[in-house]
Amino acid sequence: MAIHFTVNGTPVASAAPQGTPLLWVLREELKLTGTKYGCGAGQCGACMVHVEGGRTFSCLTPVESVAGKRITTIEGLSPGRLNALQRAWLAESVPQCGYCQSGQLMSAAALLAANPRPTRDDIKDHMSTNVCRCGTYPRIVRAIERAAKEGQS
Amino acid sequence: MNVTRREFMVGVAGLGFSILLDGCAGARSTQGGAGLASEPRRGARTVNAWASLGSDGTIYIVNPAVEMGQGSQTALPRIVAEEMDADWARVVIVPAAPSDKIYGNPGFRGLMYTAGSATITGYWDVARTYGAQVRRVLMENAAREWKVPLSELSTEPNTVVHAKSGRRMSYGEIAQIAELPAVAPEIKPEELKKPADYRLIGKDVMRVELPSKVNGSAQYSIDVQLPGMLYGAVLRAPVEGAAPLAIDDREARAISGVLTIVRLPFGVGVIAETPWAAFSAKDALKVKWDRSAHAFGHDSEKAVDLYAAAARELSHAGKPWDNVGDAPGALRSAAQVYEAQYVCDYTYHAQMEPLNSVASVSPSGDSCEIWCGTQSQTMAVAAVAKALGIPQEKVKLNLTLLGGGFGRRGHRDEEFVVDSVLLSREVKRPVKMLWTREDDVQNGRFRPLSVHYLRAGLDGAGRIIAWQHRVACDEITAFQDPVRYKGGGERDFLAMAGSELRTYDIANRLAEQLPQQTGIRTSSLRGIGFGPNKFATEAFLDEIAVRRGLDPVELRLALLKNTPRGQAVMREVAAMADYRRPRPGRGLGISFVDYSGTMVAAVAEVSVDKKSGAIHVHDFWLALDPGIAVHPDNVIAQTESSIIYGLGLTLSERISFKEGVVQQHNIRDYGVPRMGDIPEMHIKLVATPNRPTGAGQMATPIVAPAISAAVFAASGVRVRHTPFLPERVLRALA
Repeated sequence: MAIHFTVNGTPVASAAPQGTPLLWVLREELKLTGTKYGCGAGQCGACMVHVEGGRTFSCLTPVESVAGKRITTIEGLSPGRLNALQRAWLAESVPQCGYCQSGQLMSAAALLAANPRPTRDDIKDHMSTNVCRCGTYPRIVRAIERAAKEGQS
Repeated sequence: MNVTRREFMVGVAGLGFSILLDGCAGARSTQGGAGLASEPRRGARTVNAWASLGSDGTIYIVNPAVEMGQGSQTALPRIVAEEMDADWARVVIVPAAPSDKIYGNPGFRGLMYTAGSATITGYWDVARTYGAQVRRVLMENAAREWKVPLSELSTEPNTVVHAKSGRRMSYGEIAQIAELPAVAPEIKPEELKKPADYRLIGKDVMRVELPSKVNGSAQYSIDVQLPGMLYGAVLRAPVEGAAPLAIDDREARAISGVLTIVRLPFGVGVIAETPWAAFSAKDALKVKWDRSAHAFGHDSEKAVDLYAAAARELSHAGKPWDNVGDAPGALRSAAQVYEAQYVCDYTYHAQMEPLNSVASVSPSGDSCEIWCGTQSQTMAVAAVAKALGIPQEKVKLNLTLLGGGFGRRGHRDEEFVVDSVLLSREVKRPVKMLWTREDDVQNGRFRPLSVHYLRAGLDGAGRIIAWQHRVACDEITAFQDPVRYKGGGERDFLAMAGSELRTYDIANRLAEQLPQQTGIRTSSLRGIGFGPNKFATEAFLDEIAVRRGLDPVELRLALLKNTPRGQAVMREVAAMADYRRPRPGRGLGISFVDYSGTMVAAVAEVSVDKKSGAIHVHDFWLALDPGIAVHPDNVIAQTESSIIYGLGLTLSERISFKEGVVQQHNIRDYGVPRMGDIPEMHIKLVATPNRPTGAGQMATPIVAPAISAAVFAASGVRVRHTPFLPERVLRALA
């Protein structure tokens, strides 16, 4: 039985068997490959998406659990234009290999939505869910601070 | 390094100066900077070197390096563009075809191989010469058209100028009338631009692929989608050389979506309609392995003692790596001899993208197309051709971005690429082969376990006159790349590099390897031998300084008396850190590394929690001189990156083995650093007008010795075994 939900404002249906992580439905069924597979265990944050506005490890989320819910992926974070976070990410030249950055941005967006003026400790605490093996952490901090300062739109 | 004859010949043969009648529709320009395309729309067949020109003024520059976040996809074409006097906004970067002959890195044994921080430095002469050749051809054409002497012409970005008459012609206009010489013009080194005239080199610019990395559109091999594509997973034997004896796949086959299970020489492959079905089936396999492989006996805990015994048994000469003067003789006659032992555990790359590849083998098996992120395009093509028994021309490579490399993706057998090829051949359909993170750890190829036994001999005046460094470790190069190993005099450079003390004024030096035959899968890893070897060397120097009551900075400055650039970064970092100001409750440690010609000095400030044994790194200062910094902010970014990488290797990351089997499984139990673990970093780029040298990993090896010295200053105990886990610190404190 198909599972219905909304991704980036578009209603979708998935026939994936129960227990299939949302991550693989997004990536391979819906071809939204900006959301990345990194660990499959909620340990790295590369798969971070928003479910009903809250950040969620899509690798740990069975697809049936999002029936009827609104999902946002990196592709839907700010369609057609870059938002303040993405602009800050470029201004600070954050990405290196770039693989983790969708997840970093989705985590950061959730942070600023809940806490528009985070302290440095708030940032470090919130972003500790997301691993960047290239070590872009100091630039991520700067980019979040820049986006917070310049406003979120 | 001068332009070698080979490079020049390549330059002559390869001035692939094709005129494109229209531009490239696929080109994507980024905010006034250069764009990217998979190939020029026309002329893709004819471009066989570094630059071509569209009649619309688009300049196509070929990039032979892979992009894994280090930025050479931008920096290397910038060098070509500089000498061409190209308008960066009109540049479109296209990937080089896999050919060592045309695109091999002269600084990396002529291979198309992105590693060793060798891209910019290795291609420096070639890239500039190619760029200058194109500019010269354009000027010669303008001279002919205007009937003026070549010497009266100059260039501005994308434009040839005749100042006397005020005439100007754009590169695009010239492209339409250009006559191409049969032989490319010779460019003498003195005809290349002087650093003072650079417009692009030394200036910051947005890396070309960056916009794709903030909106999810960047394409890694894991993102490739093909019509009719299936998904593959592979259960590899727990140790190298083991084969499946018996496979019970009843449960696996019963999983919905599983199409077939394949016995492979080294494991079992699963092909399914979805990744999740493939993973589930792989997990459901029950395999009995042939236990005869040597590595099954390996226990990393016990190995430390075995390696230490080998390193300390002086009657057994090691395999010499570096031998200057007479170190054993000088040690015998020294007024004072110090010794110490250091250990480095196995470590894992943990690149963010678990290894994967996509292959489409033709139904008859006589050709193949692959999509992968490899550090060597030509090795990938060769490995695939070999696996299928077909000519290399029958393998089409589609190079993608790499979700991190760090030395893991350049093994001669390119096993993670061949995996998808074997599965695709089986089902005659495209297959995306995915290793899970657990597979990536369990199938890991690691920086080896190493035990370092060092002896230093001092004369009556307290000067170091003799140095011996014996490294007992698993071999790397012979496993990772038997071809380069045999071709390079069977020297294990991936393990031993950095044990030679090139810049230190020590008259008698001997570095030797005691290779340990364990059968464990090993690999180059960011920093290669410099990581363990500089840890041992620099930590030992700090011990000697303390025991002799010497200032660690003064000791380094004395050893660097013939290396003024090394002294300069030492002095710089000591000033940056205000090194002589006491920090109550904290300790400072200083260290120096010369790596691929780049000079690096660093200071760590730490405190040690004596209850838990945890080391807290508060600040990290670093000064580096990489010569000319082609892309300065990117050098800083790579330095931040390589410090953080070194931090993980120093404090938390380790792989251990029991019965030959890797004991870790994922990101967390391996111990990759997170944002909260990062000190305040203060980096100073001391660029000098010297040939550019490495920038991609220079700081990684300096972190462990700086922290170990700082831990001693803060707590009075030496930590000599990386990673400096809290329990190890507690043991030292006890």
